[in-house]
Amino acid sequence: MSEHPLRIVVLVKQVPDTANVTGEAMKDDGTVNRAALPAIFNPEDLNALEAGLRLKDRHGGRVTVLTMGPPSAAQVLRESLFRGADEVVLLSDRAFAGADTLATSYALARALDHLGAFDLVLCGRQAIDGDTAQVGPQTAEKLGLPQITCVSRIVEVVPPGAAGGAPASVTATRSVEDGAETLCAPLPALLTITGEANEPRPPSVKLVMTYKHAIAEALPGYDDSYLDPDSDEAEVCMVGRDGRPVCRARIVLWDAAAIEAERELVGLRGSPTRVKKIESVVLAGGEARLIEPTDEGVRALVRELIEEHILG
Amino acid sequence: MGSPAGEVWVFVETIRGAPADDGVAAPLRSGAVAAAGLSAAEVSLELLGQARKLAALLGARTGAVCAGGESARALAPALIAAGADTVYLAAHDMLTEYLAQPYARVVTEAVRHFQPQIVLYGATTTGRDLAPRVASALRTGLTADCTDLRIGDHEVKGVEYRDLLYQIRPAFGGNIIATIVSPEYRPQMATVREGVFALPQPDPSRAGNVVELNIERVSGPHEGRNGRPTAAGGPILLDDLDFAVALVRRSRESKSVDLKGARVVVSGGIGVGSRAGFGLLYDLAGALGGVVGASRAAVDAGWIAREHQVGQTGTTVRPKLYIAAGISGSVQHRAGMDQSARILAINSDPLAPIFAVAHFGIVGDLHQVVPKLIKAYRDKE
Repeated sequence: MSEHPLRIVVLVKQVPDTANVTGEAMKDDGTVNRAALPAIFNPEDLNALEAGLRLKDRHGGRVTVLTMGPPSAAQVLRESLFRGADEVVLLSDRAFAGADTLATSYALARALDHLGAFDLVLCGRQAIDGDTAQVGPQTAEKLGLPQITCVSRIVEVVPPGAAGGAPASVTATRSVEDGAETLCAPLPALLTITGEANEPRPPSVKLVMTYKHAIAEALPGYDDSYLDPDSDEAEVCMVGRDGRPVCRARIVLWDAAAIEAERELVGLRGSPTRVKKIESVVLAGGEARLIEPTDEGVRALVRELIEEHILG
Repeated sequence: MGSPAGEVWVFVETIRGAPADDGVAAPLRSGAVAAAGLSAAEVSLELLGQARKLAALLGARTGAVCAGGESARALAPALIAAGADTVYLAAHDMLTEYLAQPYARVVTEAVRHFQPQIVLYGATTTGRDLAPRVASALRTGLTADCTDLRIGDHEVKGVEYRDLLYQIRPAFGGNIIATIVSPEYRPQMATVREGVFALPQPDPSRAGNVVELNIERVSGPHEGRNGRPTAAGGPILLDDLDFAVALVRRSRESKSVDLKGARVVVSGGIGVGSRAGFGLLYDLAGALGGVVGASRAAVDAGWIAREHQVGQTGTTVRPKLYIAAGISGSVQHRAGMDQSARILAINSDPLAPIFAVAHFGIVGDLHQVVPKLIKAYRDKE
């Protein structure tokens, strides 16, 4: 038996760039002003993609990148193609709108089911818009996969059909509060990757040229209202039910029907959690309570910190 | 759905082995409860304290769900003293080491059987590994990394929900604070950051009981998989798939600088002025039981070793108190410390960006302010 090429799926997300807020984060009506937050490739998802591409470089195989989002999220798929992804899938449907992590993981799990067999699912540890780190483990649970979260290093992958009959497995090290632990999981398995794991490669000029026809004008702003998938603006193509893409670009678009998702389990309807209230945190200076640099000012501060159990 | 008087639970994370021997910080970090080489994580005890308060508002009881090896039994009295009315204990040698899948199955089955209305987890690497898996199996809501928990009502389209758990957390990189509710699903679950609730004073006179969760190892996938609960009252079955992942190695880092585990971090930047200037910060850290951190600029200037660096390219810290002395507060530095429970900035420049993320600001020369802080703390009695 010879070593099989690895089938790797990378889950990515387009996120507002919360680290570089260019204006007020909130609108007057209390909603998040996404225009103030340019859309980017979630940083740790780039580390997950890099981990997948390195495994492909080493063992051979195929890297499929999957994202769920509005049509404009196709941009992170193009960027994945520029870096060497073999195929990209956009999961987009109005029915997915308003999904929390549970509904998102359900849709991703359904899409993974529809991709066919895979050996490894890689995703960033967390997305910078929500910082929840929940979608990875929840997707693993939905698929009955073992998980290794917070991976700072993939130590070894034994692909299926390896010499000597060694069982297919992945060994990875995760960072924990007081050290590190190394775990070995049988394939298929899901790993969440941290920024420590690697230095993501830049886009390849050659691949940018190859896929330049897939480059669309960036859509104005970042909008989480789902556009009509048939719209020209979407710059993606539909896949027929027979699974054959009718392509302008190499971005495959799946809607809720394509992955046979139950309507009650996706989007807002499939989300147990509700946002009751959001409040803006003023980023401009002047938020800190000023303490007088006097003996009395400092003494009062220390007393307050002790009363609040901040200091022992 | 849980009954209205469902309990308020806390998943108790355990830490094995003796605390690292770095003196002052160790007993604080590993929690006050130590038994047979096992201790409860401090955040779990903090949550038990908060669970008591929430339960009182709800007219409910509290529960601590704890999995571990046989030695975990010894933790029960301390968990009761910290606020648990009932300790749900899964003590079995196959659970000695934390692994996501068997632990998730134990918690999932315990929740299915006892139907608590709320389950809280520390937002630690373990809590954030475990809780989503449990939430997915139970098909219930989960809010990550909460910084506050309250009880309140909620109304949507004329439907009134009473006594929900308000799960309050920062989002969008800290640009907004969101209040999340889970009106229709039980249990309501959240992971909660370390240090946001006070460590409860142990009360050894508190009464409580221990419920043993019966654990059984079976081979192959068993019938209870895929969301079908095991027989009511029957043992929780753990099968080969639950133990598919093997722990190869677990190592505790014996770093000379334990920024991550420190409850207080005293960091210095360019304003410190010299290598000798850091001596003052060591004095303050020593007095407060903290460790010394630094901005990249101070490290690059050669005043202090790189392992002290806090920030995007250094260590990310989340202490109870972060003191930034003479640090202007670049985005990269702030990314490594802005999740601290309290931030005190000392800078002679009132326009320094560090003040934007600080809770307390002192505009002044750190060389004069820091000695005042040391004196005020030493004189606290």
